[in-house]
Amino acid sequence: MTDMANQDAFVAFERVQKSYDGETLVVKDLNLSMPKGEFLTMLGPSGSGKTTCLMMLAGFETATHGAIKLDGVSINDISPHKRGIGMVFQNYALFPHMTVAENLSFPLEVRKMGKSDREAKIKRALDMVQMGAFAGRRPTQLSGGQQQRIALARALVFEPELVLMDEPLGALDKQLRETLQFEITNLAHDLGITVVYVTHDQTEALTMSDRVAVFDDGRIQQLAPPDELYEKPQNSFVAQFIGENNALDGTVQDISGDRCTVRLDSGDLIDALPVNVSKSGEKTRVSIRPERVEFNPQLGPDAHTLEAEVLEFVYMGDVFRTRLRVAGRDDFVVKTRNRADQVRCAPGEKVRIGWLPEDCRALDAP
Amino acid sequence: MTDATAGAVPASKDAKPGQMVAADGRPLKESLNRALRLQKMRALMLIAPLLLFVLLTFIAPIADMLFRSVQNGIVSETLPRATAGLSDWDATTGDLPDESVYEGLYYDLFIAAERKLHTRLGSRLNYEMTGMSSLFRQSGRSLDDIGDVYFDQFKDLDKNWDEAEPWAALMGDADWLQEMQAWKKADGEMPEFELADGMEKLLPRTAETYAAFAVFAQVDEGKSLLKEEPWVLVHTALYQDLMAKDVSGYSGPQAEMLKAADAAVSGFESVTFKDGMNAIDDDWLSHTVWQTIKTYSPEFTNGYFLNAVDMQKTPDGPEFRSENQRIYGLLFKRTMFMSLMITGSCILLGYPVAWLLANLPMRTANLLMILVLLPFWTSLLVRTSAWKVMLQQQGVINDVLVWLGLVNDADRLVMINNQFGTIVAMTHILLPFMILPLYSVMQTIPPSYLRAAKSLGATNWTAFWRVYFPQSVPGIGAGSILVFILSIGYYITPEIVGGTTGTFISNRIAYHISSSLNWGLAAALGTILLAVVLGLYWAYDKIVGIDNVKLG
Ligand SMILES: Nc1ncnc2c1ncn2[C@@H]1O[C@H](COP(=O)(O)OP(=O)(O)OP(=O)(O)O)[C@@H](O)[C@H]1O
Ligand SMILES: [Mg+2]
Repeated sequence: MTDMANQDAFVAFERVQKSYDGETLVVKDLNLSMPKGEFLTMLGPSGSGKTTCLMMLAGFETATHGAIKLDGVSINDISPHKRGIGMVFQNYALFPHMTVAENLSFPLEVRKMGKSDREAKIKRALDMVQMGAFAGRRPTQLSGGQQQRIALARALVFEPELVLMDEPLGALDKQLRETLQFEITNLAHDLGITVVYVTHDQTEALTMSDRVAVFDDGRIQQLAPPDELYEKPQNSFVAQFIGENNALDGTVQDISGDRCTVRLDSGDLIDALPVNVSKSGEKTRVSIRPERVEFNPQLGPDAHTLEAEVLEFVYMGDVFRTRLRVAGRDDFVVKTRNRADQVRCAPGEKVRIGWLPEDCRALDAP
Repeated sequence: MTDATAGAVPASKDAKPGQMVAADGRPLKESLNRALRLQKMRALMLIAPLLLFVLLTFIAPIADMLFRSVQNGIVSETLPRATAGLSDWDATTGDLPDESVYEGLYYDLFIAAERKLHTRLGSRLNYEMTGMSSLFRQSGRSLDDIGDVYFDQFKDLDKNWDEAEPWAALMGDADWLQEMQAWKKADGEMPEFELADGMEKLLPRTAETYAAFAVFAQVDEGKSLLKEEPWVLVHTALYQDLMAKDVSGYSGPQAEMLKAADAAVSGFESVTFKDGMNAIDDDWLSHTVWQTIKTYSPEFTNGYFLNAVDMQKTPDGPEFRSENQRIYGLLFKRTMFMSLMITGSCILLGYPVAWLLANLPMRTANLLMILVLLPFWTSLLVRTSAWKVMLQQQGVINDVLVWLGLVNDADRLVMINNQFGTIVAMTHILLPFMILPLYSVMQTIPPSYLRAAKSLGATNWTAFWRVYFPQSVPGIGAGSILVFILSIGYYITPEIVGGTTGTFISNRIAYHISSSLNWGLAAALGTILLAVVLGLYWAYDKIVGIDNVKLG
């Protein structure tokens, strides 16, 4: 993705840095480019600089260094109201003294649009979010989900090409979130708008986005489509942050092509795919997804397997979740599908576990 | 549910069919109400002492003030006989009241003068007509002249008429007299005077005046009736009684003396009360004096209120005062106008400051807040006087302007002791009352609204005006109400920097309370002020809605 030419990028951050206090960098060397129509999610733990990036893009914060470009033009010096970027806020920011219709009419009025045009657009926007019947209400008379829909409609009513959303669903319950996630992606897709979406809910990020940028410590740790992010994390932070993950620390013993052998701190040897390691003797942390681990594996003759003790067996319906003691760690988890022939371990039982080397990624040691 | 109801119905005779009933068979609603009432009573009992305290200290003074503005009992209480006589008198004809009114006046005034109440009445009537105060004071001093005429003649007839004991024996009940004679200082309270039986019939005026004298001597002065000679008023009364009544049937104590006097009185020299009062002060023959007394004799009067709106009572009903005597209307208008100006300037100056306070980083905002509150920590007098120093003609601002050459030394600006000075100083003093509510309202407006507006394409100004400002209106409302009501009743600052053109109605109220002592008028002015404030409050509620007022 980094090789995407910056010229065709609709939104581009180029070497952007941001500091609020002149002492610490909240955003460190951010490079990002998005094509038109993409749904990109910024995902990361609290305080990692997601909102800051969004605010710089919207124009409410200025970048300390670097350029932010929209459609090839640097917008660093353009004031927010001229950027034509739609925005949905976490607390919706619906104007409490205006009705729903007036809220939607506001961006059209400041664009000096005629009354009949305005009414047509408001109606269309409200219908789009299935809120046509609520035009006369005040925001306080709406439920959280309804307010969110109105906020969305307001950000879309003036037909911006780029829409920013900062944790728009953060305050809603799970079911409503899922409905709205679906609606937002559909809308964005239908309208062909470019969306930058901020969340710290990884499921939301994975289900909605074309690409996800994982933020930590003011940097993008990985920028990739959801499947790649989950299956091929580039570093141990991403591996740990996205989905459930088993991490084992060790040292590279031997490396050859796309295979390497790692000696764990407990002394055991395992096979792995070298991702962030290049030579033997290097410290590493390997990452294996719980569903890629096999009990009593039928692997090749020279494959390494590990001895494990079952600590806990949880029946979860569609899957079984087994917690094991492996290589001196108590938090190794294996997920197996509920099949007729599936092994059901009892606590205390000793089993052997193993995996395909390509499912075990040797990443950087933190 | 119906089963339960049906089962319980026989238990209660007042439960209507279909009504919910509680376990004891009473209707559920009744039980609930009873339980709630008990709870309410208990809660009320807990706050009762405080409530009482608040009522006493808060409501009572206001009620007292409202009452004072119409209360006028002093005239009829001090001059009961005269005002009773005046009720038949027609003030419009131009005739003076007849002799009986003068007689009543003499009796009333004499007793009032002995009890030193006449000067109070004089001051009260002086509000309505200048000269009344001195008339009453002067009359109180010379009132003995009339009585002395009779007193001298009675004394010449029999020296005992100038002695305390014979009088006490004549007028007092025999039992009382005995007790009184046996009484010594060490016994404590004197036996209360009792009139002799039949005395009220025999000598009605004398009995009445002597009884009044007895109360005065015993209770007010603590003197023995056996040692204190009666007022000359009693001699006057006796003369009148003896002229009118026949005492030949009397056989009680001192009958000899009384009968001798009865025989002699027809030859006594006498004066009419009218002439007597005229001799004391010829104003008593003035028609307007009597008119004023009659106008203000009822127990309640609207006179104070009329006065407060530049009107006065005349026999033909209320009338406006002459142009040059009208002051209160002007003062009310000026107070309103200046309070509005002050409120307006407070909004203009306070809004940006409150905005800064609400939007600066915490530390800077706190510092600024201290600056805002600083005026609260300095004496009001000091602040007001500081403005005097700043604004006077030889003051700091004028000096600077002259030094800069903007103003000629000869015509320095007059900025103090007028409306301008008052508005400046009061704006400064009341500014915190505007800033604080504004600030607390602005603090509740999240900055994301402004951002949202801008992201929707609004310029800074549009975002402020269409989004931020409407949400801060409740703060403006609260601040305006506070400032306006405070300034309407402000006193010290206009007093110090207002001069003659910048004073408020409250300065006039203060004047009437502490200088002219016309509390009734002060109360009426205060009541009107209260009514105006309530009226404005009501209008505000109608137009803006009082629930749109937020203090935070
Ligand atoms: N106005 C500001 N002044 C100073 N520091 C700020 C300001 N806004 C944010 N920060 C700091 O910048 C860092 C990044 O903040 P940011 O709001 O971008 O995080 P975020 O990723 O959006 O977190 P969250 O998921 O909690 O919303 C934080 O350490 C925060 O303390
Ligand atoms: Mg954030």
